[in-house]
Amino acid sequence: MTRQLIGTAPSRRAVLKGAGAGLLAAGFVAPVWAQAAPIKLGFQLHRTGIGAAYGRWYERTAQAALKVVNETGGIAGRPVEIIFEDDGTDPKRGAEVVEKLVSQHNCDLIFGPLFSHVVIGSAPRAGELKVPYLVCSEGFHVAGGMLNRWSMQPGITDVRAQVSSMAPWVLANLGKKVTMVFPDYAFGHDHRDFFTAAVEAGGGQVIAKIAVPPTETSFTRYLPQIPSDTEVLYHVMVGPAVLTFVKELGEFYGTGARPQIFGFIDSLEAVDIAAPGLEFLEGSHFWEGHCRAKQADASDHETVYRAAVGVDDNGASVSDAKDVSTYAHMFSVWETLFIIKAGMEAAGYQSVADRQKFVEAVEAMTDMPESLAHVQGNKVFNGKTHQVFGHQFISKVEGGKLMKVHTTRIEDGMYDDAVDYTSQSF
Amino acid sequence: MTESVKVWSLHLGVLALVFAAQYVLPPYHATNLARIMVLAVFAMGYNIAFGYTGLLSLGHALFFAAGFYGMGLPIGLLDWAPVPALILGLIAGGVLAGLVGVLALRTAGVSFMIVTLMFAQAGYLTLLYLNTWTGGDEGFVVDRAARVIAGNDLSLDGTRFVAAFGLFAAAMVGCLWLVRSPFGRVMVAMRENEERSRMLGYDPFRIKLIALVLSGIYAGAAGAAYGLLFGYVGASFATIQYSILPMLYVLLGGAGTVLGPFLGAVLMFYLVDITSGYTDAYLFVVGAALVGLVLFAPRGILGNLRERFAPWLP
Repeated sequence: MTRQLIGTAPSRRAVLKGAGAGLLAAGFVAPVWAQAAPIKLGFQLHRTGIGAAYGRWYERTAQAALKVVNETGGIAGRPVEIIFEDDGTDPKRGAEVVEKLVSQHNCDLIFGPLFSHVVIGSAPRAGELKVPYLVCSEGFHVAGGMLNRWSMQPGITDVRAQVSSMAPWVLANLGKKVTMVFPDYAFGHDHRDFFTAAVEAGGGQVIAKIAVPPTETSFTRYLPQIPSDTEVLYHVMVGPAVLTFVKELGEFYGTGARPQIFGFIDSLEAVDIAAPGLEFLEGSHFWEGHCRAKQADASDHETVYRAAVGVDDNGASVSDAKDVSTYAHMFSVWETLFIIKAGMEAAGYQSVADRQKFVEAVEAMTDMPESLAHVQGNKVFNGKTHQVFGHQFISKVEGGKLMKVHTTRIEDGMYDDAVDYTSQSF
Repeated sequence: MTESVKVWSLHLGVLALVFAAQYVLPPYHATNLARIMVLAVFAMGYNIAFGYTGLLSLGHALFFAAGFYGMGLPIGLLDWAPVPALILGLIAGGVLAGLVGVLALRTAGVSFMIVTLMFAQAGYLTLLYLNTWTGGDEGFVVDRAARVIAGNDLSLDGTRFVAAFGLFAAAMVGCLWLVRSPFGRVMVAMRENEERSRMLGYDPFRIKLIALVLSGIYAGAAGAAYGLLFGYVGASFATIQYSILPMLYVLLGGAGTVLGPFLGAVLMFYLVDITSGYTDAYLFVVGAALVGLVLFAPRGILGNLRERFAPWLP
């Protein structure tokens, strides 16, 4: 005898209903799933090579920003992924990495590089591939017109704006007779040219320009070239040489009178300002893109950002006080990611077919108010030159800490447009 | 099958395969192959000096840079057309190699390495010093409008591949012809026993100088083509790294083999490309691979192959 289990065997009608419901569900779910496919952002990272100290912190900053973006709904409701590729801080490899991120990883766009030669070497390929290339480079090459419609710098100001905006304060507070010591290559020459112009426009005078070859390891033979009537010594030495430079400068002047010293923090990014050998910097001034030491007037956004990127009040990693951040520059990565979010959402970005719309949406941006997206401060973007303008900070070394003494106005760093990228075709 | 038929069949077959690869490979690898072909021309030039003539140079970045800037500066500063600029780049590589050779070939062995290295470093620092025109370490972009030859836009992937292939094919056929010619045999004689060659009536200085100039022309052509095809000229391509790269390609692929530089360039390119996806220490992996190569296959891949299986391989 067999027993029929009433109700357990599905009827034909039930099966059809179920299948229909399944298909319907699949029909609804599929678009939802497709919409939720992640946006893939390529990050051209200086993980190795001369930019590695920056790269380490740029990666951490990008990861921190990514976490915030994804926790607050991603980009237009889609999750975001970042693919990091090491460019070795080398322009040849940089262009190859652009290729790899776009053609192999299918990234929607690329962002993140700092070093000028990598940016200039990679931008042509980004233009050929018609992929948005958002750099964090500081170089004047973007606003100067050397690159192309696809290359933009919306997250950090350029050297020209930085030195132009600070020159008036230097002349008013430190002195009018300036001697410049700079590395004898493009980065130093930008400082030489733009700062000299700004000083002369402000009624000051650059009385000596001392170019130091990049291979130099000792500066003793250059220091006697500093005129005795120098009121301000402006230095932009980079890399490990700065430690030797400062030490030898201290030995040169001893305990006697010395000029005011004004430098670029680039010299000491990722270096502890209170490190042995740097005592001579006490009382000197630095440009900072973003104040390394937490200031008394730090905004809530700045506080949230500092915690998110894992930096303590002194500018070092919260997990290792010796691991000093590249705080003056790395905000550019954070802000660029939020600009990508804003740009994609404004453009209604769906796929790589909308890359052009994205560029046009960023070009249309103007005011960028201070917020969690712009933690360094409010900014103004110039869509024609693809360059952002913002505040600069001048800090004084007090008790081994960089304490802010002046904030420039945005308009202090503005200059006439040298290019109109919007007139170029895509 | 005669040796000559075998040799030409192999090399023309490789060329045919490389040309066909553009239709098969994904875009990423096709563009990589275009880069590799140009770099392989650089390495072929290095091979003429080192692999065939025994001149261990550490200054070939200078000749590459001569082509790079010899092409880029006339376009950037004087609005030259790309073809004459390319030719000037090629000539610049050869002329500079000749000038360096006249002085450096008074030395040999380690001294030759050091002297060529010094010239290359001086060249690199000169590029930085003349920043106003060269763009120094930052370099400059070669305008896209200037990268069009007879209506063919070299910034387009297909055109670029064909242009890179044209250079590569010409360089390979030229190299094959050279090393199989009587002069090529004399180059090898210089490498193997300079004194005996002298006793036979050859002038080692003259032979080595010609080989170095030919090597410089190859390097200059590669430099000029690289700048034009990829749109950038900068001083980082004149650093010592770019003197060592062709040496590594040649050592890996097989010094004194025509196909070795190309094979080495392919393997080294992808060794870096793949390992950098897994570790920051990818240069360590490259170094370890080279140490292993020197220990277990000192003649390089094709050199070992020739020794064991194919003695006819040029």
